[in-house]
Amino acid sequence: MKVMVEKKIESLGIYVTDLLNGLGDFTNFTFKTIYWTFKPPYRWKLLFEQIYFIGNKSVFIIFLTSSFTGAVFAYQIYVGMKVINADSFIGPLVTIALAKELAPVLSGLVVAGRCGAAMAAQIGSMKVTEQIDALEVMGINSYQYLAVPRILGATISMPMLSAIFLLIGYGGSWLIGTKVLMIDEVTFTSKVSDFMELGMVTEGIIKATVFGYLIGIIGTYQGFNVTGGAEGVGKGTNMAVVWGMITVLVVDFFLTSFLTQIL
Amino acid sequence: MSEYSIEFQHLTKKFGEATILNDVSFGIVKNKITTILGFSGAGKTTLMKHILGLTMPTSGDVIVLDTTINKLGDLQLREFRRNFGMVFQYAALFDFLNSYENVAFPLREFTKMTEEEIKEKVMSLLESVGISKEAAFRLPSELSGGMRKRVGLARGLALDPHIMLYDEPTSGLDPITTHMVYDLMKETHYSNVHKGFTSVIISHDIHATLKYSDYIVFMEAGRVVEHLDVESFKKSENPVIRRFLEL
Ligand SMILES: Nc1ncnc2c1ncn2[C@@H]1O[C@H](COP(=O)(O)OP(=O)(O)OP(=O)(O)O)[C@@H](O)[C@H]1O
Ligand SMILES: [Mg+2]
Repeated sequence: MKVMVEKKIESLGIYVTDLLNGLGDFTNFTFKTIYWTFKPPYRWKLLFEQIYFIGNKSVFIIFLTSSFTGAVFAYQIYVGMKVINADSFIGPLVTIALAKELAPVLSGLVVAGRCGAAMAAQIGSMKVTEQIDALEVMGINSYQYLAVPRILGATISMPMLSAIFLLIGYGGSWLIGTKVLMIDEVTFTSKVSDFMELGMVTEGIIKATVFGYLIGIIGTYQGFNVTGGAEGVGKGTNMAVVWGMITVLVVDFFLTSFLTQIL
Repeated sequence: MSEYSIEFQHLTKKFGEATILNDVSFGIVKNKITTILGFSGAGKTTLMKHILGLTMPTSGDVIVLDTTINKLGDLQLREFRRNFGMVFQYAALFDFLNSYENVAFPLREFTKMTEEEIKEKVMSLLESVGISKEAAFRLPSELSGGMRKRVGLARGLALDPHIMLYDEPTSGLDPITTHMVYDLMKETHYSNVHKGFTSVIISHDIHATLKYSDYIVFMEAGRVVEHLDVESFKKSENPVIRRFLEL
């Protein structure tokens, strides 16, 4: 019995030290990437490549997700609002939800799945095939060359994608609202402009930017931490997606309570 | 100026609890070809990474071209690394660039050469390692293992290094290609030696090693067991080395 308890405590101890070590590594990585962001040479070409890559890779799926989200949401709210004869409020309700929550969070989940994974896979396979060592041997800092453009790329692309999400999602709800549910077009748009505030859009954009940064840093960190062959790359990719998504959801909660107070 | 281009002084390296290099002291003679032999896991790659400052000693010093490499600051170290060319075990070509761009990469990063000059240099480097014009514009994934090694060699030579490091340059190659790569390394060595040029090779290939090297370092479990010129190595009485020689 005593031995068993000791074993349990020991494995708990190992778990906690691993966790703390991991956190320490992650913090260290974060500081290094910040340092190398501000150190010349600035690699504009790589940054633009990443913005193009992240945008290009995600725009289609953002288009799909947002149009359907807007449409379905409009319909669901209609079902509820009809009961109390408030169906003309569909427009503002959907748009506010999109602006503050749905656009940044769903874009975040999409980008974590597509681009966070790609970052971990690219950097991870460079790590196991010694390409990162090769960069370092040539005197190039691998954080600056590989991590910084990806982190900045995600940070810059995410608000843009989130804005596209908002616009397309609004379009979807407008189509369903006015063409299918037969709400008057003028009522729909004027209600939206009555209730929408700039702060709501700002909140969504700030969230999207923060998510982009976090997805970038998690994806690249997982890539740099890959060990041992192709299997390790797969594991790192998986971790990038899982942690990316969890982070988006958890951070959203705290950001919401923070931002609603200041905006 | 010392007669060594690389010197290890009481170099010890631990990863966690494990001692990977244990009080290693020896020098690698300037302008010669030295081969590091030893079984898998003996610490050869780790030793090579110390020469480049990719790994730092737990204790002891690594002195390269009269500079203590483990005492350099980050920027100085990056600057210093331009003295080296390295060919990695699996070539480590950048998989997002074709052969031409791989070789051009260090030139673009570190020189002010024009596109014209780069083209000339890259093409002559690729030609010297026997890579055709057509293969020059293929991605690494579309090349054979031997071709990749040769492109890796061309890239390693691009900045005219003073020290060339090869980590198992011929592992996984057929005997003919192996000899081609060795001939290439030898040719590279002797065509540069007048400017000061040291070659260090990690190898498992005992026959090629005896044929091509000037000095042999034999490592076992993180220690240097022997460090001899080739003729003395052949006569070594050390039982482990005898076993290696009788393969
Ligand atoms: N970064 C690291 N962290 C922990 N252990 C390491 C690390 N790098 C190497 N080792 C360990 O050090 C030992 C020596 O590794 P090294 O790669 O130097 O061997 P080697 O002589 O090059 O072998 P091979 O001929 O198989 O390439 C191995 O046991 C390896 O597991
Ligand atoms: Mg090795």
